[in-house]
Amino acid sequence: MTATTTIPATGRAKEKADDAPILSGAQMILRALTELGVEVVFGYPGGAVLPIYDEIFKQDKIKHILVRHEQAAAHAAEGYARTTGKPGVVLVTSGPGATNAVTGLTDALLDSIPIICLTGQVARHLIGNDAFQEADTVGITRPCTKHNYLVKDTERLPDIIHEAFYVGTNGRPGPVVIDLPKDVQIEKAPYRRSGQRGEHRTYRPQLDGDELALREAAAALARAERPIVYSGGGIINAGPEASELLAEFTRLIGAPITNTLMGLGAYPASDKQFLGMLGMHGTWEANHAMHDCDVMLAVGARFDDRVTGRVDAFSPGSTKIQVDIDLSSINKNVPVDIPIIADAGRALKRLIEIWHEEGYAKSQPDLAPWWAQIEHWRTKKCLSYKDSDEVILPQKSLERLAHFTKGKDAIFSTEVGQHQMWAAQFLGFDKPNRWLTSGGLGTMGYGLPAAIGAQIAYPDRLVIDVSGEASFQMNMQELGTIAQYELPVKIFIMNNEYMGMVRQWQDLSYDGRRSHSYSESLPDFVKLAEAYGIKGIVVEDPAKLDEAILEMINHDGPVLMDCRVAKIENCFPMVPAGAAHNEMLLAGDVIGKPKDDDALAVV
Amino acid sequence: MKEIGTIARHTISVIVDNEAGVLARVTGLFSGRGYNIESLTVAEVDHTGTRSRITVVTSGTRMVIEQIKAQLDRLVPVHKVADLTIDGTFVSRDMALVKVSGSGERRVEALRIADTFRARTVDASVNSFIFELTGSTEKIDAFVELMADLGLVEVARTGAVALSRGPSGL
Repeated sequence: MTATTTIPATGRAKEKADDAPILSGAQMILRALTELGVEVVFGYPGGAVLPIYDEIFKQDKIKHILVRHEQAAAHAAEGYARTTGKPGVVLVTSGPGATNAVTGLTDALLDSIPIICLTGQVARHLIGNDAFQEADTVGITRPCTKHNYLVKDTERLPDIIHEAFYVGTNGRPGPVVIDLPKDVQIEKAPYRRSGQRGEHRTYRPQLDGDELALREAAAALARAERPIVYSGGGIINAGPEASELLAEFTRLIGAPITNTLMGLGAYPASDKQFLGMLGMHGTWEANHAMHDCDVMLAVGARFDDRVTGRVDAFSPGSTKIQVDIDLSSINKNVPVDIPIIADAGRALKRLIEIWHEEGYAKSQPDLAPWWAQIEHWRTKKCLSYKDSDEVILPQKSLERLAHFTKGKDAIFSTEVGQHQMWAAQFLGFDKPNRWLTSGGLGTMGYGLPAAIGAQIAYPDRLVIDVSGEASFQMNMQELGTIAQYELPVKIFIMNNEYMGMVRQWQDLSYDGRRSHSYSESLPDFVKLAEAYGIKGIVVEDPAKLDEAILEMINHDGPVLMDCRVAKIENCFPMVPAGAAHNEMLLAGDVIGKPKDDDALAVV
Repeated sequence: MKEIGTIARHTISVIVDNEAGVLARVTGLFSGRGYNIESLTVAEVDHTGTRSRITVVTSGTRMVIEQIKAQLDRLVPVHKVADLTIDGTFVSRDMALVKVSGSGERRVEALRIADTFRARTVDASVNSFIFELTGSTEKIDAFVELMADLGLVEVARTGAVALSRGPSGL
């Protein structure tokens, strides 16, 4: 709104009112990051961040991981953030460095992942001049960040960096960009914080839910004959304690629970009250239970279109309770009866207390008929598939992968497509922060860099990127990063030679016209791995699948596994485009074309 | 999402930090999420120059209006969001400069109508006037419509600014 001002702050910088150290902007950045407990930065150098890279060179507190593309830096930071609960930090140069990071920023925005992205910018006097490697980074990233800053005054740097971390990690987390003109990085100024700590002048998320609403919610659940808990990524963001409270409350009320794609791991998948994932490729029992429930408790979930299916047919008869830290998530897609604006963990803690205070356990209706109905739905065995001796079924490969990684506390990332949905259906997570996937944006190429971020955070853990051959190629340059840092990431490519989900939709909705969905000219993945000094494995024979998976897991170092799976296998169950939850398709159903163009328009 | 419910016009006041880019955040939110802007005004409103007040007139279903307010409220530089339309009664004013050219009877008629509307004449030449008119959006619409037949050349409008009635403020 105002034009860029270029008044240098040099005059003020020379005042020495106190003993604040005089630092260059670049030194301030490193100092602030150290104060904030940052241990790792994922980045890629360039002209407009040279002063910062020079400071990185001179210190050893903060580790820098050199990626091979800025998009990967952002996804690696997401993987780091999602596994550790701490914000991921990205450092990229101006212009193309910043624009390459945009996909990762948007991904983090949609999945509410806290990442802080430092971007270089041309010197203040050059801004707006179409200078070399200049881009309007704050303009470009405004809609794809939670907030962003262009630092025009070097003295403001310490406050801005601290504020950026506050904004990125508090409330509903998200990506924050700090755009740093090169002359600001060089200019010296006193390192001084204005004293504003803990609380932000305008941004103050509401953490404790309204007591009346919480009581109303507990009472509704206590009266429910067919209750269900539907939890999402917000539970993961609220920290591991929130997941424990979720499990405690769910067990207390005896209700079935379903998780969204982003929420997997918040409730133990091996528990009998768990119905699996819901939504477009969710389980038969989860979607039917959501449709038929009388009281729904949504926690940290946003009624995404992949979850609801046709909105006007979504869980038509239920009283809906929604706990979310973000007011804008309430009543966005689905009208909610009892909204509770709160941190998920705190709200659950209070709900548990109220449940005990009111002695609801005694007055609760008998849930046995509801569970009998659920058991009936379960008999559908909706994830079953027809196995084969001749070809590896993708579902089978994941079942075996889940089997051999059991008890190893592995972290899984995925790319986007069929393999992602199968991974969500078959891997089974008992704990949070072990599942990294691009849910909202659906970014092919997310999984490999996310796995790198997770492996950097936990060097000794087993980290596996479940991938497809098409997604893998979107960020396969990161094999270089894996090789450089000797990261023992396992890449499990479920190679069906198709962009499988695109092919599936073309077969279901476009009369099988497989327009450009075949993965032509694939590389020899084993040779590709070997070119980076990484172990490559190929497996095609179902009889050798177990052996290959064990070889991958047991190898001390990175492995790229080319698991050749059945080419034309569809991912089921599926709620077809424009359909309601209880109109799911299972494997073997006769599949008709969508009813009308409206349905076809639903992506 | 299929729209359910009636569409209503709302006047929303937003107090923001007066910093670079804040207007772009607000307008970007409206365009990015497909909300309608009927008018939008913004200016600094405190003597220290740190806060601005945005008045935005928009329309939508109840759910959309709720979303607009929630989305505005979570922007970091936003201090307060108030929906004047549902919070009580409020005063809303729009200002317009209206240039009319003509001679003879049409010129006299334009002046007569301007007088009826209590418009001020802020510029005059032998064959033109600029009228300054303040009032509700509807009043200005009516005035501009009448001028259309009397030599209307061009119009500049501020868009609505509004305050709630009574002693309290945002």
